[in-house]
Formats: sequence, C-alpha cells, structure tokens
Amino acid sequence: MTRIVVGQGSCGIAAGAGKVYAALEAALGKERDGVSLGITGCIGMCFLEPIVDIYKDGDLHRLVKVSEKDAEVIAEAVRSGDMSKLCSLEISKEDAEFLSKQTRIALRNCGITDPTDINSYVERGGYGAIKKVLSEMTPEDVIETVKVSGLAGRGGAGFPTWFKWNAARKAKGEKKYLICNADEGDPGAFMDRAVLESDPHNLLEGMLIGAYAIGADEAVIYVRAEYPLAIVRLEEAIRQAESAGYVGDNILGSSFSCRFRIKAGAGAFVCGEETALIESLEGNRGMPRLKPPFPAEAGYWLKPSNINNVETYANVAWIINNGGEAFAAMGTPTSKGTKVFALTGKIKRGGLVEIPMGKTLRDVIFDIGGGIKNDAEFKAVQMGGPSGGCIPAELLDTVIDYKELSATGAIMGSGGMVVMDSSTCMVGMAKFFLDFTAKESCGKCVHCRIGTKRMQEILIRIVEGKGKEGDIELLEELCRAIKDGALCGLGQTAPNPVLTTIRYFRNEYEAHIKDKKCPAHECAELLTFSIDKEKCRGCTLCASKCPVSAISGEKKSAHVIDAEKCIKCGQCRTLCRFGAVKVD
Amino acid sequence: MCCNCKKSDLSLLDGTLAKYAGVPGSLITILQKAQEIYGYLPTDVLYHIADKIGSTPAKVLGVATFYTQFRFKPVGKYLILLCQGTACHVNGSERIADAVYETIGIRDGETTDDGLFTLTHVACLGCCSLSPVMMINGDTYGSLTPAKVKEILTALRENG
Repeated sequence: MTRIVVGQGSCGIAAGAGKVYAALEAALGKERDGVSLGITGCIGMCFLEPIVDIYKDGDLHRLVKVSEKDAEVIAEAVRSGDMSKLCSLEISKEDAEFLSKQTRIALRNCGITDPTDINSYVERGGYGAIKKVLSEMTPEDVIETVKVSGLAGRGGAGFPTWFKWNAARKAKGEKKYLICNADEGDPGAFMDRAVLESDPHNLLEGMLIGAYAIGADEAVIYVRAEYPLAIVRLEEAIRQAESAGYVGDNILGSSFSCRFRIKAGAGAFVCGEETALIESLEGNRGMPRLKPPFPAEAGYWLKPSNINNVETYANVAWIINNGGEAFAAMGTPTSKGTKVFALTGKIKRGGLVEIPMGKTLRDVIFDIGGGIKNDAEFKAVQMGGPSGGCIPAELLDTVIDYKELSATGAIMGSGGMVVMDSSTCMVGMAKFFLDFTAKESCGKCVHCRIGTKRMQEILIRIVEGKGKEGDIELLEELCRAIKDGALCGLGQTAPNPVLTTIRYFRNEYEAHIKDKKCPAHECAELLTFSIDKEKCRGCTLCASKCPVSAISGEKKSAHVIDAEKCIKCGQCRTLCRFGAVKVD
Repeated sequence: MCCNCKKSDLSLLDGTLAKYAGVPGSLITILQKAQEIYGYLPTDVLYHIADKIGSTPAKVLGVATFYTQFRFKPVGKYLILLCQGTACHVNGSERIADAVYETIGIRDGETTDDGLFTLTHVACLGCCSLSPVMMINGDTYGSLTPAKVKEILTALRENG
C-alpha cells in the first residue's frame, strides 16, 4: 500500500497545495491499485511548501516545493514503484535536519495525521489519555500529574497550569467553564493555528482532561476570526468526537459530561487577555476586568472558569500518557518540557520549531533555521510580539527559559521569533509595535490609551528626522508610567519593544536624532539617493522609470538625481544593473 | 429609526435572530451573521438588532465599533486583507501597500470608485513564512513583490 499525503495547512494552501492535490487526483485517475491520496495538516516547514509525503514500504519520501506540473511524474513513479524518478523533488539532507533536530510533543501529530478524520488520530493513540483519566484517575490525580510535569501557560505569561486548574477545582459553584484561548493575536506567531488546523483532536482531548480536572461540563474555544480554516476543522472535529462518544453526555460510559462550543472572535488583540476574552464571550466590548476576582473564582458569566492557551492544552494528553516526570525531564530547573516557536523574518528556513527548553537562541536560529537569508549579518531577534523585545547578537547564547528570556527584557511570549538582519531599523521596529499597541489599546486605562499614542508620535518624529534632544529620556519616562498605570498585560508590556531597542540599540536612536541618519538605511525620510558617476553607464533605465522624473542625464553619460524632487522610493536602486545608485 | 440611510431587507436576519436573540452573550455572533448577509453592517440593521435583543443602539454600536472585523460601509467585490504582521513588516509590507495604491489607487479602509476593490489592513494572518502576504476573498497570496501585486490586481480588474 502506498499512501500519498498532501500538507494542507493555511500556509500550504497559500503556496498552492490545493491545486497540487487536485492535479494529483486527476493524474492518479480512478483506478488506484494500492495507492491512496489524502491530506494532512501543517508539517511546519513552511519554507518548502507545498509538501507531498509518500509512504511506501515503511519509508517516507518527502517531496518539497511541488507544483501541479509534477503531478504526472509523481503518479507515474508511484505506479511503477520506481521512486528514483522523484529524487529531484525530494527534500535535501540539510532541510530535513530542520525537523530531525526538533522534539515534538505539542506538534506530535501535525503533518502526520489527517485532521479531518478522527480515526487517524485514534490510530496514533489518540483519546487514550482521556480513557485512562476516566477509568483510573481522580481529578486530583490529574492536577497532581500536571503539577509534576511543570507545565506552564504557553500563551505568554508562563503561569503554572496546575495552579490555575487547582484554583478552579476548589472554587465553589456547581457550574464551571473551561475555555481555550485560541485568539492568537501576536503578529508573527502561528503555532496555535497549526495545532487547530492540523491536530484539532489533540486540543479537544487536552481540554476534556482539563474539564474533568476542574469539574466543568461546558468547554468553549475562542478562535480568531482570521483563522477560517481552523474554525472549519474544529467544527468537524467536534462533530466526529461527539459521534464517537468522546464529547457530550456520559463520556465513554462514565458520569463525566462535557459539551463543546466554538466562538469566533472579531478581531481585537486585547481579547488575548483572559478577562477581556471573557467579556468578548459574553458579547461585550473586549475590555479587561479588574482582578481579583480571578476567572478561577468568577469568570465567564461570573462562574468559576479556567482559561488556557491552545499549545498548553496540546501538551496535556501526552503528559497523561507518558507521566509528568517524562515531561519534567526535559528543560531547565525553572522551565519544563518543550516550546513551539514560529521562526520567521530574514531566516533561511522559516516555520514551526518545537524544542526542549534549555536550548539557546543560536540553536534555533542557526542550527535549525539555517541562519540568515542571503547569508546577511544577524542583527536581532524579536520575541514575544508587541509584549516582547528585541534580543541582540551578543545575547544569542541566551538559554530558552522563562526567567532567562525575561532578564533580557524580552519575554518567551507565545513563541513568535522574528529574525532581523542589518537592513532592519530598530527604531522603525519599535515604531511598528507602538503603531500596533496604540491601535489595539482598548482605551480603558488612561496611561495605555494616551501613553502609547504619545510614544507613537515621538517615534514617528524620530524616524522622520525630526527627533529632539531628550526624546529618548521622554520615551523612557512614558514607558515607566504606562507599565505602572495599565490594568492588563497589553499596557504593562507595551513599552517592552521600545525599552529593549533603547537598551541594546541606543546608538541607532542617537543617529536618527542627532545625525539625522538611519544606519539601517530603512527610514526613507533620512535617506539621500545619488548616482556614482564612475559606475553609471547612462543606460537611462532609471530615468525612464522614476515615478517623479527626478533623474536626468544624456544617454551614455552619468545621470543625476534631483534631491528636491526625489521621493526616496528606491526604485532606481533596485533597477540599476551596475550598482551605481548610492544611498546614504 | 435612523434617517438618511437606505432601507435594508431586515427579514433576511429573521433566522439568525430566531436562533440567537434569546441566547445571552450572542451579540457578536449576530453581528457576524449580519455582516455575512449584508456584506457590512447598515445602520438600520444595527437598530433592528438592538430592538430584537432588548438592548440599546448605543450598546450594539459600541460593541460593533470595538472589533476590527466589522464594517459600516459596503465593500468592493474583492476584499483585500493586507497583512501587517511583524514578519510581513520586516519583509517589506509597506512596499506592498504602495504597490496596491499605485495599481488601484486606494489606501487602508478605502474602496475603489468602481466598487471593485476594498483594502483593509489586518493584524497577522498567520502565514508568516510566506510574508509579505495578502488575502483576497479568502484566497491567500504569499511571497509578494510589488510586481506580483500589480499582476494579481490587474488580472482581477480585467475579470471584472
């Protein structure tokens, strides 16, 4: 039996996996002796999509960057059994290391099982953990196992999971809710989407175990509206789990009942904060509540509620099956288990990376990610999205651990890792995040609402070359005020991108303010374009393409850019075949 | 009832209201269904929803304006969601926005005069490895360059 599987996560589909699937279906025809065609979710190697896996005689042949045109060749190779015909499509040894160097727990089924088929999950031991829990364990046993494992919240804060479960378990009240935060809002993070799209049953099983532990009979998944495929796959998964008896009343013949519901978010970053998420679930503006009371005492509809992130739940079934000790055996004294990172930006091999805590940033970026695109120089890595910070090259050997990362001024966060090279302006980066938080601030706290706006204005004037002496100090003062004066995590962490870039790249701020220069050559207002007379051949290409006709010169003689007219679009520089356009 | 707006066919919302009006906490779901039906949220529809769920227009509008998903003006045939995530930013999403402007002449939140295109900037679409990315009517286009954007939009415009 030969099994052909096409990776169909959102990334894969965007890269053309749907068309590849259709082409394979046509190429294989109706007579398919011993050959099956199916789908799987996200393999996590986004840089190689679309990916087609062929399982034949116990071997895996992974074909990468497959196009529709390759369908005939693949069908022919599978029919004839001569796989050597596909060697040009097979993944290279170096690229394969991207996966082989990982340790996958939360993502253990991603890219392997068919997310639209519950049997595919069950065949790999799926729903075994909930069986074990219902037949052998009390809720207290479950909480104890999670405590031993050291599992901490993967959404950003890193709060011990068992502690939240225990508080919700002990809270008084008949009715309790278990909620999954799938409002993955950090720009640059997509690990939760991968789990939702690729292994929805693993999430459901983790949530069932959590619901049993705290005594909830209703579970709600709050998913971002920007993830339509995730919602479709989850709906299907819930339907299948219901008919298989894993979800609903008297699960697997026990007295434990739990129903599931999906609620689609409507686009508000602040709803990743748990009390804002609850407000949104109740149909209100997503504005954070004052804590205490914590959701464990009075959450959704003021009933005891427990909220965890997708990746946190995705670890739970594995922990039950393998024991808390096995999970705790990985990592550092203060951070246990594995963490998934979304590796993006100026990186050679971008995608999802799951590794045990305790590895270094260098391991992830250079060993697994293959280093910087075009072998450029590494400048910084942004971790933790708008709540995190930029970590510079000299700290590349920082160990991945909640405490160690916080010491740099960044945070573990949900696991976004955006790599930057020397062409990225760090002041521009800080401005980018302040644009984001100023827009996403819900407006409840004055410091956050007005403070982020004022910081954004200062950063705009710095990148436009209008920065003033004392702006850096003013930014620092505002940062402190916002941290102190904001109610929720959004405001308290909003200054981090600014604080870390000032801490590690103060010279860049000073260059913008004092010298009116952008060292990364990114801030358009601070650039001057000119043509090197020695190099210019007078081909007239730049002059003909300049959108504002700022370039003049005779054919075959050096051209000149009129600085007054130039809008600094950089088109001439991209077009010039002789490298004659200089930027300063 | 509001004045200067066109009258929407409110009966289209009957099914949704029958299902959700009595369920506490369903306002966002109702607004999402209404937007699916009308393409945006017309003022008279918002008043109608407030009336049916026993709330005030102020509360309904307050919730609707809080979330970026909701629109209050009709959108073009092609809704372009341009990703503003970190990875897209690092890989040049600003140049992509400029290319959209150069090709069809609209910026964030605007609709072309012919009613064909609407451009909305969105937070991360989660396809970071393909950055810069845009989504048009649910289809994702990745690894964009200004030239590629022009090609895609021109083809759609010719299709009409």
